[in-house]
Amino acid sequence: MPVFYGTEVGSRLMLGTAQYPSPGILRDAFLRSGAGIATVSLRREGAGDGAGAAFWELIRDMGVPVLPNTAGCHSVREAVTTAHMAREYFGTDWIKLEVVGHEDTLQPDPFGLVEAARILSDDGFRVFPYTTEDGVLGGRLIEAGCEVLMPWGAPIGTGLGLNNIYGLRTLRAQFPDVPMVIDAGLGLPSQAAHAMELGFDAVLLNTAVARAGDPAAMAEGFALALRAGRLAFEADPMEPRDMAAPSTPQLGLAVLS
Amino acid sequence: MSSRVTILGAGVAGLCVATELVARGLRPRILDPMGAPGRHGCSWWAGGMLAPFCEGESAEPEVTRLGLTAADWWQAAGAQVHRRGSLVVTLARDRRELDRFARRTGGHVRLDGAGLAGVEPGLADRFTTALHFPEEAHVDPRAALAALVAGLDRAGVVIETEAAPTHHPDAPSDADAGAARPSGASQDATPRCDYATGEAAGRVAGAPMGGAGVEIAVGRAVAEERSPDRLGSETRSRLVTGGAPLPGAKGGQADTGRERAADAGMGDPTRIALPTDPGRAGDPHAGHTAPGELTVDCRGLASCPLLPGLRGVRGEMAVLRAPGVTLDRPVRLLHPRHPLYIVPRGDGLYMLGATQIESAARGPATLRSVVELLSAAYALDPAFGEAEVLEIGADARPAFPDNLPRVLRQGDTIHVNGLFRHGFLLAPAMARRAADMILGTSTEGRPCRSC
Repeated sequence: MPVFYGTEVGSRLMLGTAQYPSPGILRDAFLRSGAGIATVSLRREGAGDGAGAAFWELIRDMGVPVLPNTAGCHSVREAVTTAHMAREYFGTDWIKLEVVGHEDTLQPDPFGLVEAARILSDDGFRVFPYTTEDGVLGGRLIEAGCEVLMPWGAPIGTGLGLNNIYGLRTLRAQFPDVPMVIDAGLGLPSQAAHAMELGFDAVLLNTAVARAGDPAAMAEGFALALRAGRLAFEADPMEPRDMAAPSTPQLGLAVLS
Repeated sequence: MSSRVTILGAGVAGLCVATELVARGLRPRILDPMGAPGRHGCSWWAGGMLAPFCEGESAEPEVTRLGLTAADWWQAAGAQVHRRGSLVVTLARDRRELDRFARRTGGHVRLDGAGLAGVEPGLADRFTTALHFPEEAHVDPRAALAALVAGLDRAGVVIETEAAPTHHPDAPSDADAGAARPSGASQDATPRCDYATGEAAGRVAGAPMGGAGVEIAVGRAVAEERSPDRLGSETRSRLVTGGAPLPGAKGGQADTGRERAADAGMGDPTRIALPTDPGRAGDPHAGHTAPGELTVDCRGLASCPLLPGLRGVRGEMAVLRAPGVTLDRPVRLLHPRHPLYIVPRGDGLYMLGATQIESAARGPATLRSVVELLSAAYALDPAFGEAEVLEIGADARPAFPDNLPRVLRQGDTIHVNGLFRHGFLLAPAMARRAADMILGTSTEGRPCRSC
């Protein structure tokens, strides 16, 4: 199982906690999938002032490690402030760092991301940066102190899957020892399996599960796909080839007619 | 069977229970220190859609089933029910959202452009397809609550603002004896449903607030707490911002306490003057009812300490006056980020709703929420661009973890709570269930899931 900042987590599935039809269904999704980490948005749900306490109690009761995020932050200052609030409220120095660079695509602001990652890492945070598949950016984030990278599959909430497989494969190869989580853009379990086959360590989902007709079933579907994909990766898959090769020898077959 | 019933809370749950009991021959007491429905309760800010099919898109099937009879109940209770169906549309880019919504709901027909023009001409030039739910209906929540208050008043049931243990309506007594103080709305039974119109609004504690004529109403901050004319007077147009009453406004002390309680997710302890000693928390009717009497606790979030798992879910809404818009039925705009519904209130008024945030905060709406609501309305019909923003409201709704309501019995107390975003849709069914329990038809408190 993946190790983030020295802590081994119990699953390759990380689940967001927003948009579920009810907290009860959210809980079912976690129980049925065995998801290893719950990401929570401090900003939107107002946990900072204690008014969202009831919801967070429900999440804490699930006994899953919490990864707070800075979703919705558009500047370094906002993200850093939110990270500090999250550390105080949730009692963890883990932070999923989002610095939104564009309102429509919600793509990361690479410049703000590196700056915020440096500030937070220097301040003792364990930063999980939501980034693109860009390898240069990945390198800068690692220099800034990040020991995990979270490249997108596709823009948040689109369900489009792995948009740039070449880029993701390159990033994976460029930093083979850095744990990487495909964060955002997945819609189907097959896409999660593909991410595993490419050698990524985990995936983070929210909309694909929360907005499914049966969120708990979809969460379990993803968990199974992750297991399948990871098994395939560890089993060292064959290389594709153009020449058809029969799996049974042609010579020596009995001629029956 | 008990004929002595005290209902705590005069929101949609309490008033529906009272109305149902009166219909079955009982004469309950209703206690609510805030008096008749007003800004202090989340029912005031509701959409009033009776949309069991649409709500089924994300809610448990029980919500649809229990909500199917709501329109009939409200009509029988004297409320004006608009049976014009409802519509669901998407912007062209999000067409697949409409397909998904259609898959997950029943009770609809798919309209093409011509069909839509026949149902809601005001949408036909911008949308070429829609889902039509012809069986759905809507009410004006404030008018519907006023209709219940009026009906109860005719039956001799008034909303008392202070406990008067020795004077039960069933007991032969002078209605004005003791400390009982009927609320203003009960004295004046004319159904009212005031909105902050430009004529009445625009004053802050008697001073002009500028020429905009805009009232910003804050769910938590009710400046005129004890005002006897909450349901229909210019005095309600006092404006309070940031949770702090402005100079000249009343109720500042109480507000501070309620703000703290709301921040702690505990609802609003001043809403019902109950013993707050935790040792007595399980006995909320102590001091109000004699032994053997039943209490129906309909206080919403104020009952949090008694109901494990009950939490607040914040909602924010706006009321616009848009004479240039002609919509006769509720319209939902599906949107990946900013879903919206618009409910016509008549006379060019439209209610926009509503955010749904996991928070018990009852403070003023955030800029982000307001921008999203108003932008979505503008996307639905650019004619909303010229609308006047009459109200921006916010409050927290009580919900259990599965977002389903409950009728639960604890000793001599029956809890009706957790109506979530379905107050007007599900309160009638919950009221019937509570009445069954009180009248002995049913003896067990069960979540509606198991019924």
